[in-house]
Amino acid sequence: MTPVLSLRGATKRFGGLVAVDDLDFDVAEHDVVGLIGPNGSGKSTTLNLISGALQPTAGSIALNGSEIAGLPAQDIARRGIARTFQLVRPLASMTVLENVKAGAVFGHRRRWGRDAEAQAMRMLEKVGLSRRAQAPMGSLTYIDSKRVELARTLAGEPKVLLLDEWLAGLNPTELEQGIALIRSLRDEGRTIIIVEHVMDAIRSLCGRCVVMSSGAKIAEGTTEAVLSDPEVIRAYLGTDDA
Amino acid sequence: MTRPEVQSLSIGTVLFALAACLPFLSDAYLLSIGVTIAMYTVLATSWALFSGPTHYISLATAAFFGLGAYTTALGIEHLPYWLLLPIAGVLGAVLAALVGLATLRLSGVYFVIFTLGLAELVRQIITWGQNMSGTKGLYVLTAITEEHIYWQLTALAALVFLTGWLIARSRLGFAVRILGDDEEVARHVGIHTARVKVLLFMVPGAVAAITGAMLAPRYVYIEPAIAFTPMLSFQVVIMALLGGTGRLWGPIVGVIPFTFLWEAISGTFPNQTTLLLGLAFLAIVYLLPNGFTGLLEAARSRLKGAPA
Ligand SMILES: Nc1ncnc2c1ncn2[C@@H]1O[C@H](COP(=O)(O)OP(=O)(O)OP(=O)(O)O)[C@@H](O)[C@H]1O
Ligand SMILES: [Mg+2]
Repeated sequence: MTPVLSLRGATKRFGGLVAVDDLDFDVAEHDVVGLIGPNGSGKSTTLNLISGALQPTAGSIALNGSEIAGLPAQDIARRGIARTFQLVRPLASMTVLENVKAGAVFGHRRRWGRDAEAQAMRMLEKVGLSRRAQAPMGSLTYIDSKRVELARTLAGEPKVLLLDEWLAGLNPTELEQGIALIRSLRDEGRTIIIVEHVMDAIRSLCGRCVVMSSGAKIAEGTTEAVLSDPEVIRAYLGTDDA
Repeated sequence: MTRPEVQSLSIGTVLFALAACLPFLSDAYLLSIGVTIAMYTVLATSWALFSGPTHYISLATAAFFGLGAYTTALGIEHLPYWLLLPIAGVLGAVLAALVGLATLRLSGVYFVIFTLGLAELVRQIITWGQNMSGTKGLYVLTAITEEHIYWQLTALAALVFLTGWLIARSRLGFAVRILGDDEEVARHVGIHTARVKVLLFMVPGAVAAITGAMLAPRYVYIEPAIAFTPMLSFQVVIMALLGGTGRLWGPIVGVIPFTFLWEAISGTFPNQTTLLLGLAFLAIVYLLPNGFTGLLEAARSRLKGAPA
């Protein structure tokens, strides 16, 4: 079976810095893959290459077997890759419902009018925010604006979801709710790449992990195996000491 | 249609019908002010359709206006006047599309400078063309009266409002609001941002060109310095910002007081108009960043007890 998403030799250079170095990995359908590594190891840059926010310097990225590397972000979004941002990006002048509708109207599966509104409402229900649908975006708490962003990415029915530290900055109660929410997405059979520093979340959500350090892949495999790999432990401790 | 939609449509229709009655007062001064107000209403409202949500400040109004004026001046000998208006519109839209394709991927600063340069560029080309052919200006002699021009502009204004109203309810309107908030998000939800900006920029391009084509008979004698005056571009920006670009009817709230104010100022200090225009611009940007409509909205939400 061909993987849904497949990276081969994906590379991104910023001047002299190689932020992503010859990266290979595959994501199969219904897989929830953790992309982990110390700060600055290239996780967000990898997501940026997949989503089209940045153009890869070299390498190939394929979605269901067709090449998407270097396409503009809007084309990749339409083909079915949706993402959240490490720093949440709400549409500040709009209501909560309109924020989510944006994903429903222009995403992978496009809707309009009542249909789009109904889809946006369903997504808000899923993330537990349907009661705030008409609220202005600026009135939401941090976690709620993260929920809206998640609902926005879901609204276009993407084939692959990229979550960049979606759980960062949440307090323990919110973290528990957040993990439960992503678990419900996993149980729906969605294909997700999760970039995360919260190891409990990675353990409970991801069957497989890819570990990066200084732009390169240093380990890949089941979450259990990867997290007990001495090289992975060294990579994490190394930056913690620095 | 929902009830508020029907309501705003009916109010709009009544107001336009009333405005169309102005020539029956047969007051030449009022009519001439009316033409000026109608002209700036058309220009500022269409300008705000693009520049309001995208925050790209366009100083190209004079370029499109001049293009339209020259369409009439050059075409009037060969084609019926009524055909020249749509031709001017198409030319304006095409020029806007070209400018948009060349600049709208760039940041806002480049866009401002490029659009300002555009009017100068087109003007220089026409001046050069006239030097080559040995003429200085062109006479536009028609039977079109001030009343006719006023009615045409009023009809065009109604068309612009209708267009803006329809855009606001379309996917294009939704897309431009999203990209005005955050272009990166817009791209990532699947919006072809460059296409949206170019399409929307064609609206003020076409409208300003048609306006120029309609006003050419009023000038009688057309030369590049009149048709492409950069003052026009600046005045449109000032009026639109004064009224506020957050609402479709915002710019007109700036156009009416500013036209009267400007009449008074340019009558009293005819040699300092450019300076005063600059000061007016600074005052609006610093004191009324959201225009009169912004003030109104803030007051209304304060009355409702909600934070502004
Ligand atoms: N646009 C850019 N221009 C230049 N350098 C960049 C750019 N984006 C990222 N980098 C650099 O690339 C490297 C990888 O950054 P990236 O954001 O991908 O790391 P990360 O793994 O997501 O880190 P974190 O866990 O802190 O979010 C860093 O050294 C970063 O400074
Ligand atoms: Mg990151």
